[in-house]
Amino acid sequence: MEWETVIGLEVHVQLSTHSKLFSGSATKFGAAPNTQANIYDLALPGTLPVLNKAALAMAVRFGVAIGAEISKRSVFDRKNYFYPDLPKGYQVSQLDYPIVGKGSLTVALEDGTEKVIGITRAHMEEDAGKSLHQEFPGMSGIDLNRAGTPLLEIVSEPDIRSAKEAVAYLKKLHAIIRYLDISDGNMAQGSMRCDANVSIRPVGTTEFGNRAEIKNINSFRFVEKAINYEIQRQQGVIEDGGRVVQETRLYDADKNETRSMRSKEVANDYRYFPEPDLLPIVIDDAFIDSIRAELPELPDAKKARFCREYGLSEYDAGVLVSTREMADYYEVVAKQSGDTKLAANWVTVELQGLLNKNNWEINDSPIQADRLATLISRIQDNTISGKLAKTVFETMIEDSAGVDAIIKEKGLQQVTDAGAIEKLVDEVIANNQAQVAQYRAGKEKVFGFFVGQAMKASKGKANPAQLNQLLKEKLK
Amino acid sequence: MALDKSEVEKVAHLARLHISDAEVEEVTNRITDILVLIDQMQSVDTDAVEPLAHPLDAVQRLRVDVVTETNLRDELQSLAPHSQDGFYLVPKVLE
Repeated sequence: MEWETVIGLEVHVQLSTHSKLFSGSATKFGAAPNTQANIYDLALPGTLPVLNKAALAMAVRFGVAIGAEISKRSVFDRKNYFYPDLPKGYQVSQLDYPIVGKGSLTVALEDGTEKVIGITRAHMEEDAGKSLHQEFPGMSGIDLNRAGTPLLEIVSEPDIRSAKEAVAYLKKLHAIIRYLDISDGNMAQGSMRCDANVSIRPVGTTEFGNRAEIKNINSFRFVEKAINYEIQRQQGVIEDGGRVVQETRLYDADKNETRSMRSKEVANDYRYFPEPDLLPIVIDDAFIDSIRAELPELPDAKKARFCREYGLSEYDAGVLVSTREMADYYEVVAKQSGDTKLAANWVTVELQGLLNKNNWEINDSPIQADRLATLISRIQDNTISGKLAKTVFETMIEDSAGVDAIIKEKGLQQVTDAGAIEKLVDEVIANNQAQVAQYRAGKEKVFGFFVGQAMKASKGKANPAQLNQLLKEKLK
Repeated sequence: MALDKSEVEKVAHLARLHISDAEVEEVTNRITDILVLIDQMQSVDTDAVEPLAHPLDAVQRLRVDVVTETNLRDELQSLAPHSQDGFYLVPKVLE
């Protein structure tokens, strides 16, 4: 039987506020345990929450960016469960009246087409603390620094049909939250976390199969692997005559498998009710409009502009706008060097290669945008050849000296002196009479041999256009 | 609407309340009485009434995003039964 996969993603994004959602405790990552956990975060009796305006603004900013309905009145609820890293015994979340309603994201698929993925809702909630189960014999260690950190939970419609589409959606979401500057989106540090609801059904049917919720997926690569594993597992279960059980499964990246979180707990029953300690959140048009007015240029708009203004291909523009930092870097190089296409080539090929090789972010690059722009200018004004520019680029990684200083020090200036090139050409012709005879007899392919010899003699520094022209004249 | 004993036991478990076997019947009867009242309330036509999230007719005030709390870990951990290396220690929650 042929199966169709149905996937919906729940993504938790940590909002990059300075203080927590409901208290004035700091939210810095990596602080010593419990140094950012104070009386409200610890649920000491008598403490009350007050909502962080910046967190609310960030949630609205996201909603506006994806063209979603923004609720002018939203309500917090208590989600009740017991776990030691949740001191209050409930998580403050939003159930029936989330701040962000229906919206959508457009993702680019591998075959070049685009697909619109619906977003059901996005709501604010507080994060829990962290539990350590290995470090203390017979005990669990609790760190409540993360307890109360603001989260935005973004829930997609079950519109995703493959692991690759899920990754494309997640990458687009990641780009948008980074463009909006509402989260650092660091999956390894847990500031962006993904749970995937996966089910399968026979192709052509419309009813949903039982779904498994896969948790603990903390990189783009694992999202793809975990979902593909789960699809195979469910197909195996059904084809062996079994039934997929609706359950929560944990992804184990080391073993590349998902496994059931067998829990003795009574099935989830969170007994939500409106949080009596918080009043309804009411915002007005002026608040929403002011946030809309401050939206930055988003990836899709930027991509279209790069194609239009800089004459780039869809592909190059897509690569360049994948992060805001890369797009900003490119624009500096393009504007300062004046050659937008050459700039795109250097940023997407040489620079991207360097970053990938060293696992660097663009802001870690030892070659800053203005230096790369100077290098490209030197190719354009014929100071160096494109080939030797790569040598200069390599040197620039280690050497912070100026581009011109490196070119001079290494003696890489292109030879454009007609007399000097003529001398080279004459020597090559004199030393290779046999090939000259072949060429003159009509074997034009030999021309490449002369170019190679002359280029070699110049140590790669001869201006290729001048060299070609002189050779042609002399070989007539 | 009557509640049966197993439902009372489930709710008690979720709320981590211990109810002895001797108490279950009385608790079941008392909760059933409340549910009867709720049934009566649900028969009222509320189509034109907005759901009420809070009895106070007011809206939430917002806080400026600044860190106002300092590190009080030592004082706060002196209230806890067990702590070590900066962590609060609790009976192990995973086997």
